[in-house]
Amino acid sequence: MSENAAADGESLLSCRGASKAFGAVHALYKVDFDVRAGEVMALVGDNGAGKSTLIKGVVGIYPFDEGDIYFDGQRVKINNPRAAASLGIEVVYQDLALADNLDVVANMFLGREQVHNRVVLDELAMEHRSREVLESLSVTTLQSVRQVVAGLSGGQRQAVAVAKAIMWDSKLVILDEPTAALGVAQTRQVLDLLRRLADQGFGVVFISHNLHDIFEVADRVTVLRLGQQVGVIDRARATQQEVVELITAGELAYVPGMEESADQ
Amino acid sequence: MSDQTDDTPAETDDQSPDSADNSGKRTAGFDAPHETSGQYLNHRLNAMRAGELGALPIIIGLIGIAIVFGMLEEQFLTARNFTNLLLQMAPISFLAIGVVFILLIADGEVVSIDLSVAFVAAVGGTVLVLLQRPNDPGWPWWACILAAIAVTTAIGLLHSLIITKLGIPSFITTLAGLLVWSGVVLMLTTQFSSAGTIRIQDDTLVGLASNFLPDWLGWSIGVAVVIVYAAAQLTRMRSRQQRGLNAKPLAIVLGQIVAVAAITLGAVSIANSDRGVPQVTVTLAVFLAFWTFIASKTAFGRHIYAVGGNDEAARRAGINVDGVRIAVFMVNGFMAGVGGIILVSRLRSVATNTGGGNLLLNVIAAAVIGGTSLFGGHGRVVSAFYGALVITSIQNGMDLLGMASGTKFVVTGIVLLLAVLIDSVSKRRRSARGLA
Ligand SMILES: Nc1ncnc2c1ncn2[C@@H]1O[C@H](COP(=O)(O)OP(=O)(O)OP(=O)(O)O)[C@@H](O)[C@H]1O
Ligand SMILES: [Mg+2]
Repeated sequence: MSENAAADGESLLSCRGASKAFGAVHALYKVDFDVRAGEVMALVGDNGAGKSTLIKGVVGIYPFDEGDIYFDGQRVKINNPRAAASLGIEVVYQDLALADNLDVVANMFLGREQVHNRVVLDELAMEHRSREVLESLSVTTLQSVRQVVAGLSGGQRQAVAVAKAIMWDSKLVILDEPTAALGVAQTRQVLDLLRRLADQGFGVVFISHNLHDIFEVADRVTVLRLGQQVGVIDRARATQQEVVELITAGELAYVPGMEESADQ
Repeated sequence: MSDQTDDTPAETDDQSPDSADNSGKRTAGFDAPHETSGQYLNHRLNAMRAGELGALPIIIGLIGIAIVFGMLEEQFLTARNFTNLLLQMAPISFLAIGVVFILLIADGEVVSIDLSVAFVAAVGGTVLVLLQRPNDPGWPWWACILAAIAVTTAIGLLHSLIITKLGIPSFITTLAGLLVWSGVVLMLTTQFSSAGTIRIQDDTLVGLASNFLPDWLGWSIGVAVVIVYAAAQLTRMRSRQQRGLNAKPLAIVLGQIVAVAAITLGAVSIANSDRGVPQVTVTLAVFLAFWTFIASKTAFGRHIYAVGGNDEAARRAGINVDGVRIAVFMVNGFMAGVGGIILVSRLRSVATNTGGGNLLLNVIAAAVIGGTSLFGGHGRVVSAFYGALVITSIQNGMDLLGMASGTKFVVTGIVLLLAVLIDSVSKRRRSARGLA
């Protein structure tokens, strides 16, 4: 098993042969997926290709039925989101999941509040740290970190969600369609933010349906089709056309039904 | 490889202090650390337009009530009636504190509510009264109190388990609870008394809701409250300024301290010109302060608001959402016990119909009128007090005017509707701003 990890020693995260079935549906089948530190890895595929399911497996929301996960060269078991977080894997979900009624600071520390004397919230420390992190991401469009999240624009909310994700000694940040609901200017902001994250040394996974955005910011692209991985390509050496072809007609290595019966 | 991955996030950590030093350049977009009073008031005004009304509707409502009833009935604005009001509002206030917590965890579509709270309180009161009967079993007063609260807290736990584990909405669960617990009160009171009424004989228990403090004690407590409030506000302002964080302007803080001092000491002075400050009012203040602390200064409180704001966000943040719901229903059960004790102490007895009538409506109305949103996530503990004050003043005024029960119901219903209307309009404003 460890040879497998050695086979891709460059990677921060490696999934090997990840499979996940929901009843009769093979949402993922023997998927290999790698992300290096300091790169933006795009994850693409048609609707239902299994992108979200792959991410949910990595962060332990729906642990894989089969397959191995290596993180930082170690084989790891991730059975719940806490385990993923303690390894340094953070996800920004498409719907962001911010509590609209709470302010920016409260959201950034939600579930991991700092307290003194074991009880009292340390608002000052949390506010200070929130500002630091937002500043390190060059997020300066926020008026106040004590603003309630309901009042923020889509791009600002995305920035808060990203800041929240990188605040915890994280190494890998996964973003599920972070630009889907944004206009041109705000998409620009988020793409710049992703690039900066990678340049600061984070591994970044970027799920998107927008090939234009992907080609602007990604270093590599992993293509899923019908739950299988049909290609990993270098952005610099490929065209959008080639990626489209993989998404729609990439060659499937296994015919799931047949593999299944062969296994048994 | 591991060098790279291990070091880089650490590097960003190392940079953070630097970036804080650079903050002069970079925080241009953040709030300027020192606002003027004018800017501060302007911010508050904008927040109100955007649906963060705070205590404003309450203050306007109370002034309106004072003017209308003050003109119609000369007894209304007297010291005697003021202390009466403080006694009358007590049971509703205690129960409404628990209901505020319940409303806070509403998850948007499904309202979170406790329709059984009045009868659960009555169960607690009945337990208290039964246990204090001399020699039968004649428990000491404090043991009766603990037993009553333990029973109602357990009922809260039971409700919460049905709601979270069986997935039955709180509306239905507590509607069933309303029937069940009113039946239990009826069974217990008729079982132990042919007349259906059991008196409290323990003096301490009777005194809980009817004793008055001597004047000097009333003044001392009033002054202590003002000093603690002022110290808390000023230290908060100082420590924020020291950390370079945005702090309220000094003029505003001083203004608030003066207002709190005027209201507190004014109230003590009026009460002392009659029988004194009711003991139950001080008890209420202690509970309000305690639960305000829990709601606004602890992680548990923060999680309650998060569950009410976006339970999915709370879940993904690793918060045990069901655990929070269960705890909140237990808090509500606990406060139902406290309120039930005050209720029976005030009546000096428990009867077959204790907890019935319009108590439930008054309690829920108090929480909502006080400014707690029915849609979850918005509201403060102190709104239980504000709302109970409004509801009780209106009913007290109508009683003085000798209005018929029918009229009183209609008026109370309309006031409740008005409060819900304000709530949904400000909710719409908040979400309109959210989309902007
Ligand atoms: N909880 C679930 N229960 C049953 N089936 C599921 C579940 N989650 C995902 N699936 C199925 O797994 C497959 C892959 O879904 P997934 O959400 O991973 O796709 P996706 O690539 O993220 O698509 P999209 O681009 O639409 O977000 C789909 O056929 C979906 O119906
Ligand atoms: Mg998806």
